[in-house]
Amino acid sequence: MTTSTAIGIPRTHFVSDTAVLTRRSLTHIARSFDTIVTTAVTPIAMMLLFVYVFGGAISAGTGPYVNYLLPGILLITVASGISYTAFRLFQDMQGGIVERFRSMPIARSAALWAHVLTSLVANLISIALVIGVALLMGFRSGAGVRAWLGVAGILVLFTLALTWVAVIPGLTASSVAGASAFSYPLIFLPFISSAFVPTATMPGPVRWFAEYQPVTSIVNTLRALLAQQSVGADVWVALAWCVGILIAAFVAAVAIYRRKAA
Amino acid sequence: MISVSGLEKSFGRLHVLRGVDFEVGRGSIFALLGSNGAGKTTVVKILSTLLDADAGQASVAGFDVRTQAARVRESLSLTGQFAAVDEVLSGRENLVLIARLRHLANPRRVADELLERFGLTDAAGRKVAGYSGGMRRRLDIAMSLIGNPPVVSLDEPTTGLDPEARREVWQAVRQLAAQGTTVLLTTQYLDEAEQLADRIAILHEGRIIQNGTLAELKQLLPPAKVEYVEKQPTLEDVFLTLVGSTEQS
Repeated sequence: MTTSTAIGIPRTHFVSDTAVLTRRSLTHIARSFDTIVTTAVTPIAMMLLFVYVFGGAISAGTGPYVNYLLPGILLITVASGISYTAFRLFQDMQGGIVERFRSMPIARSAALWAHVLTSLVANLISIALVIGVALLMGFRSGAGVRAWLGVAGILVLFTLALTWVAVIPGLTASSVAGASAFSYPLIFLPFISSAFVPTATMPGPVRWFAEYQPVTSIVNTLRALLAQQSVGADVWVALAWCVGILIAAFVAAVAIYRRKAA
Repeated sequence: MISVSGLEKSFGRLHVLRGVDFEVGRGSIFALLGSNGAGKTTVVKILSTLLDADAGQASVAGFDVRTQAARVRESLSLTGQFAAVDEVLSGRENLVLIARLRHLANPRRVADELLERFGLTDAAGRKVAGYSGGMRRRLDIAMSLIGNPPVVSLDEPTTGLDPEARREVWQAVRQLAAQGTTVLLTTQYLDEAEQLADRIAILHEGRIIQNGTLAELKQLLPPAKVEYVEKQPTLEDVFLTLVGSTEQS
């Protein structure tokens, strides 16, 4: 794709610039593979804890509890994974390398897109690790290719939405701690949702919150797809949340990036 | 190559630049001298299209920084105040990265040539995180030269470096100018300007208060008195002799 500005000439190569910079940050994660493993460790520990310690006392329908639990665990994986995206972006902003890229004749948003695409790859690897452990723990799904594609699509959309959210602290934070702290509430959001227990058991106001926050509709959609059930209206609510968060965070992130330039 | 006139810039109520004018000729080293906070970096950022000026004109290689920003970014390469290198990558990978972003045909060859020229060939495969301050700076300057931009701007290139590393950087800057690159150098070190620059401009309270060659600036003061002073080695001479430093070729 060739973009052009109003005046001058302007051969910026958005796609090739983004590809070069994405390769750079993929090299970063390949050289600190521990960040991907750490991302997966906490959700895996939670999964072990809930299945083998609390699981016996939780009644969440028929079938193994790990089947019920996995969708929420996957969302927790993404929520903890994106804090590394904010961290990497923050490091770049501090180091002055973003300034170097901006002063070069390259597509200006390429630096942000590279981080977003890298985040997507890193999170998908973490998700694959978590699903692998879940399979060892007895997770089974009879879902067909189309259902799995649906699961993958929603996870990709969810990851993109949260990644653009993560870009905001990555650009604005003044310390490393600040850049990654924002993800803690996101990690705990699934606890007040249908991720671990059915919302019907919760007291009134909590239940109200749980049923109307984004995680519940996304978890219910993923669960229905994996269990070969009808997704009902949940899928539309889930998609609306993901797309809404994605657009809002994207617009805010790009505006902040532009302002940081000026 | 660089032309600046009536440049003004404020940050909130802080009036940093109050009408800056200067010209830099092709292939020369121009030093912008000023104390901390004088606005040197602001001038550099405007010239490298990172900041918009409030008023005035600035052009690089004949292109206006406001209306032909893309052209300016192709003509001027910025080396900022802090070595903007990627610590996780090796020296060679850093150079290849920039060569790819400049869409050069043979990034690896460009990288190898620059590694050679800046004496970094031995360290090329090591992660930059393990480089010394002087090596980082040399890598940083090498990265700025990829694609042969006609103008290179060095913003306080030796701040925070030890004496040996400073000399390495000075050597690199001299080489640049010798090959025809126009260099805009900002510094707060008087000896650095004295050592390197063809012309020196003093930026003070948002204006250029003097602009000339070293000889011209010296003439502003009363003629030199002849005094006989025993030549004592400076601490720098002692230090460099003790650590056995020789200027890098």
